[in-house]
Amino acid sequence: MASSELIGRREVKTEIKKQKKERMLVKTTKRLLKNKLAVFGLIIIAIQVIMAIFAPLFAGYDPVEQDLPNAQLGIGAEGHWLGTDNYGRDVWSRLVFGARISLVVGVTSVSLGLIGGVILGLLSGYFKKLDGPIMRVVDLLFAFPGILLAMLIIAMLGTSLVNVVIAISIWSVPTCARIVRGSVLSVKKQEYILAMRSLGASNKRILFKHILPNCMAPIIVFATMRMATAILSTAALSFLGLGAQPPTPEWGAMIATGQDFMFTSPHLTIIPGIAIMLVVFAFNVVGDGLRDALDPNMELDT
Amino acid sequence: MVGLIVKRFLQLLLLLFGISFLVFMSMHIAPGDPATVIGGPTATESDLEAIREELGLNRPVLVQYVDYIRGVVQGDLGYSFQNNQSVTEAIMTRFPQTLNLAVASMIVAILIGVPAGIISAIKQNSWFDFSSTTIALAGISIPNFWLGAMLILIFSVQLQWLPVGGLSAPFWTIEGIKQLILPAITLGTASAAMIARMSRSAMLEVIRADYIRTAKAKGVKAWSVIWVHALRNAMIPVITVIGLNFGFLLGGTIITEQVFAINGVGRLMIDAIAARDFPVVQGTVLLVATLFVVVNLIVDIVYALIDPRISYD
Repeated sequence: MASSELIGRREVKTEIKKQKKERMLVKTTKRLLKNKLAVFGLIIIAIQVIMAIFAPLFAGYDPVEQDLPNAQLGIGAEGHWLGTDNYGRDVWSRLVFGARISLVVGVTSVSLGLIGGVILGLLSGYFKKLDGPIMRVVDLLFAFPGILLAMLIIAMLGTSLVNVVIAISIWSVPTCARIVRGSVLSVKKQEYILAMRSLGASNKRILFKHILPNCMAPIIVFATMRMATAILSTAALSFLGLGAQPPTPEWGAMIATGQDFMFTSPHLTIIPGIAIMLVVFAFNVVGDGLRDALDPNMELDT
Repeated sequence: MVGLIVKRFLQLLLLLFGISFLVFMSMHIAPGDPATVIGGPTATESDLEAIREELGLNRPVLVQYVDYIRGVVQGDLGYSFQNNQSVTEAIMTRFPQTLNLAVASMIVAILIGVPAGIISAIKQNSWFDFSSTTIALAGISIPNFWLGAMLILIFSVQLQWLPVGGLSAPFWTIEGIKQLILPAITLGTASAAMIARMSRSAMLEVIRADYIRTAKAKGVKAWSVIWVHALRNAMIPVITVIGLNFGFLLGGTIITEQVFAINGVGRLMIDAIAARDFPVVQGTVLLVATLFVVVNLIVDIVYALIDPRISYD
């Protein structure tokens, strides 16, 4: 009887926890949806995701198939509403498949970077002994401004889209580690962590069940903003010829090719640039909106 | 203060040592044998062995590193695999262009960013505030290589006001300034946006502070409250961001140089990465990273100098 009562109590407890979590989620979503720019961003991201998943349905043409007689058609040409490039490839189809590439590269590199950064941040924030060495390495990686670290890694590994993913993930690690470390340090001081420890909870349990969930807000904001950086950098590296190689329909590479035909077919440069800008802007405003929405100090006036 | 500077300087030396080691090692463990790059496809095994012997590539890595550092300290960054040119010389002839571009972009960024941020904060929630914060967000999101291409399309191709690229004329001549305008706007836009965002939030924080209310209460004129009392304190974090941005601009020149066909250090680096010319990659990366950390050190010290509340004991 006593044990069943205990189980009952536990069930009630998890139920309350679940409700709290749900309330939190509803609150955050509500706040986010109040932000008009963030809603705009969410719509753009949704469009990109749908385009990426169903790329062959939207495209209409093979993105790499050449059709030389129909090269450099302008916007509004018959059968090619966004025109064709210097090899007669349909610009719209390339744009659609480019959405897939940028999303996949962004998600993979940010996820990999998060894994590395979260682990390093947790370790260095929680274990004092590891803090010094890990943070020195992080400082060292911070000595390479902007895209330079990614370039160094590509110089080492060679130029390819896969190496761009590796380079951007490694480049994301130090920033993420610092953010996670910061929140671990502040969460660690809270009394309930001390209470957990005095109850004999293991380090692993404290770290993953109690500290990590309380660091989620800054991690989510970082990941969203980082998607913007990752997509922008992938395009930049491909533009420089260090990432996706022709004929891959990558947006940055498309701009690089388009630049050679700027006088005759400026749309080859303009269109992929607008795509990059929209997507990067979308992730930036959603990140901004999430930061405000997840801030517990912000009052939701209803 | 002197103690702080000495301490920071020692940390800097350690960091520079770390940077050089990291760069050297990453080039060393990179796949591909430098000897085959130099020897070309026709080289026989004995040729390759001779090249390795000549460059000392068959010695232990640490010996090679110490040797490299010895050279770096004396200003010798090694020789290009591609054309055997001195890396120091190649960098020296191209660096002025890169510095030119970075400084010009910084000026653009400050001239746009600081006033935009301040006005946004003073007129918070006005249409100016809304549009300037939105433009700032867009400014961070624009791929700068694309912005450069668009500026060329409008101002060089269509209007024919400014040259398409290159940075051959000295910057004090009219031609030189004309050549600098588009690249500087291209590179400076993102920094302007970041500076504007920082200025706005710093200014907003200061305006809400007690001493500003006191100043207003005792009847100080409105412009004086803002331009004398508030601005002075709000500028402290802004100066930090400006300093940090200068480092980023040095890194950002890499892309802008490519767009405008400017023969700077960035282009040298990209060509070297594509050709797997490791000494040149090593030299250019080392240069940019070193400049970046040195600028950061200076910003740190300036920060401590202008803000008496900060002490690094």
